[in-house]
Amino acid sequence: MKLLKKIALFSMTALVFASCKSDDDGGDPVANTTVDFTFTQNFNGAAIANSDYETTNYTNENGEVLTLSKLVYLVSDVTFTAADGTVYDAGDYNLIDARNGTNVNFTPGIEIPQGDYTVSFTFGFDDEDNDLAGGYQDLNSSDGSWAVPDPLGGGYHFMRMEGMYTNSIGSIESFQYHTIRANSHTTLPPGPGTLDELIDTSFVVNLGTVTIGADTDIEVQMDVAEWFKNPNQWDLNTWFTVLMPNFDAQMDMNENGAGVFSLGTVNQN
Amino acid sequence: MRLGVLCRILLLVVFLSSCEDKDDNLQQYTATPAPLEVPQLFEDNILPPVIPDDNPQTVEGIALGKKLFFDPILSLDNTQACADCHQPENSFSDPRRFSVGIDGSLGTRQSMPLFNMAWNFNEKFFWDGRSVSLEEQIFQPVTNPIEMDNTWPNVENSLQDHADYPALFEEAFGSTQIDSVNVSRAIAQFLRTLVSANSKFDRAELGLEPLTPQEQNGLNIYLDEGRGDCFHCHGLPNNPLWTDNIFHNNGMDEIITDLGFGDVSGDPREFGHFKTPSLRNLAFTAPYMHDGRFATLDEVIDHYSEGLVFSETIDPLMKAVSTGGVALTDGDKADLKAFLLSLSDPSFINNPDFQE
Repeated sequence: MKLLKKIALFSMTALVFASCKSDDDGGDPVANTTVDFTFTQNFNGAAIANSDYETTNYTNENGEVLTLSKLVYLVSDVTFTAADGTVYDAGDYNLIDARNGTNVNFTPGIEIPQGDYTVSFTFGFDDEDNDLAGGYQDLNSSDGSWAVPDPLGGGYHFMRMEGMYTNSIGSIESFQYHTIRANSHTTLPPGPGTLDELIDTSFVVNLGTVTIGADTDIEVQMDVAEWFKNPNQWDLNTWFTVLMPNFDAQMDMNENGAGVFSLGTVNQN
Repeated sequence: MRLGVLCRILLLVVFLSSCEDKDDNLQQYTATPAPLEVPQLFEDNILPPVIPDDNPQTVEGIALGKKLFFDPILSLDNTQACADCHQPENSFSDPRRFSVGIDGSLGTRQSMPLFNMAWNFNEKFFWDGRSVSLEEQIFQPVTNPIEMDNTWPNVENSLQDHADYPALFEEAFGSTQIDSVNVSRAIAQFLRTLVSANSKFDRAELGLEPLTPQEQNGLNIYLDEGRGDCFHCHGLPNNPLWTDNIFHNNGMDEIITDLGFGDVSGDPREFGHFKTPSLRNLAFTAPYMHDGRFATLDEVIDHYSEGLVFSETIDPLMKAVSTGGVALTDGDKADLKAFLLSLSDPSFINNPDFQE
């Protein structure tokens, strides 16, 4: 019986030492943490819910009345930059289907020390990610394929925004506001060998300084109206379709994108 | 010394507990694994196939599923098998516009071709997406009054009384007791083996065979947002499925009478939406569209070129609807057709593994 007690005491002591070990080795007074993001969408500040698609009329800066049918967009390289210049970047990406609510919540696959950071991400893929050898099996499997045809420069869509609008003669017309790399061609229609110039139109969105605690959730707002507003007032009657091979349209989308995203609510849970 | 005894006791306890596990395992029957062979183009480009954890592919399960697929025993009067409306030579579709049930009743939609179903990532089956797994899908034709018109208890009894099936179910699932769940599992296993990945275009992608200039130009039209723009629903060459497996209204009717996906979801915004069919094997799957209204591929191309009509739920990807479409030239139509036919895979419909 005494022996059993000794064994039990020894076992408990070993357990205590073992459980202390990780804390002693860790060294950090505060554990690293992941950061959650929530992507929301609005039109001039009016939140866009699933029920608004195809039903709610919005008026863009140019005065066209439109409805949205589809809003899917890609973000990548969420980056946390500390005051001392240390950069944390998971290097991953997230395809958000705003209408269906798919992937509106996203946690980059990286743990960082708690503290203050400048938080940024890339809208779309930069050239390095866009031209990754072998591509991305999950993106190839999304929406038939989220990729861009090779004659247009390949890589992947950054955004597919689609809907209907009332054109200048009062007819209902569809629009396809698809953002990809700007591509120009020696001759049209595009085909093998026609590609003349390819410009990276992804852009970095800087959300400003955010305090990252043990359980932080950052809202990233997209104001859809901004795609049609600033600095280029978008006339849907002119540019409503076949925008993927339209170099000037892609460059304007890139410029308008600068004002689309903003920091929303930051919750410290 | 006493410590040594204690250790031996502990070892014995550990040994006995491991023996107990072994006994359990011995009682659990496992058929012969037969992992799905994934074609190189699929392996390289898209996500892995969807295989349910509770229904792995096995040699015995696939063989049983194939036998059931071709056996009219599933129908009420033993006259109709799955294969009657999903014929191998038609890429497991039906050349008739509407299939005919055991009592002569006509269906209301075209029989969907069957291939590459393990890569239906959102797992919505049928034209209207009403089944959320392949196994669930199999339950429906058996009891549908205008198809096999049977009951599952009756099917189970028929199979149970059969000279061969109890033994075959035992080989596949470890029990001679036959139930509807294992019937659906076996057929699903067979259906997942129906992989088509050897079209001329597939071989061109692998560098084994060139496309003709006409087929290549047809691909350009397919990829051109201003002409075909087929790729936004049917995918790109890096997605060998040639479908998004999503539901769209493709501008066929001004007045929608068949609600399609909207009837399942209950959402009026989805009235008249039907699943995008794959462009593979079009050479064998006429007639076309969910209701088989187009007898030829030329009619399908004409529809997108100049036959589109507006309705409330039309997809914004349908262009120039007010003028009927993008008005392809006759030359573009011919080239597009040539490309589409390059996606057909004769080796699939002639595969001896898929014949009765």
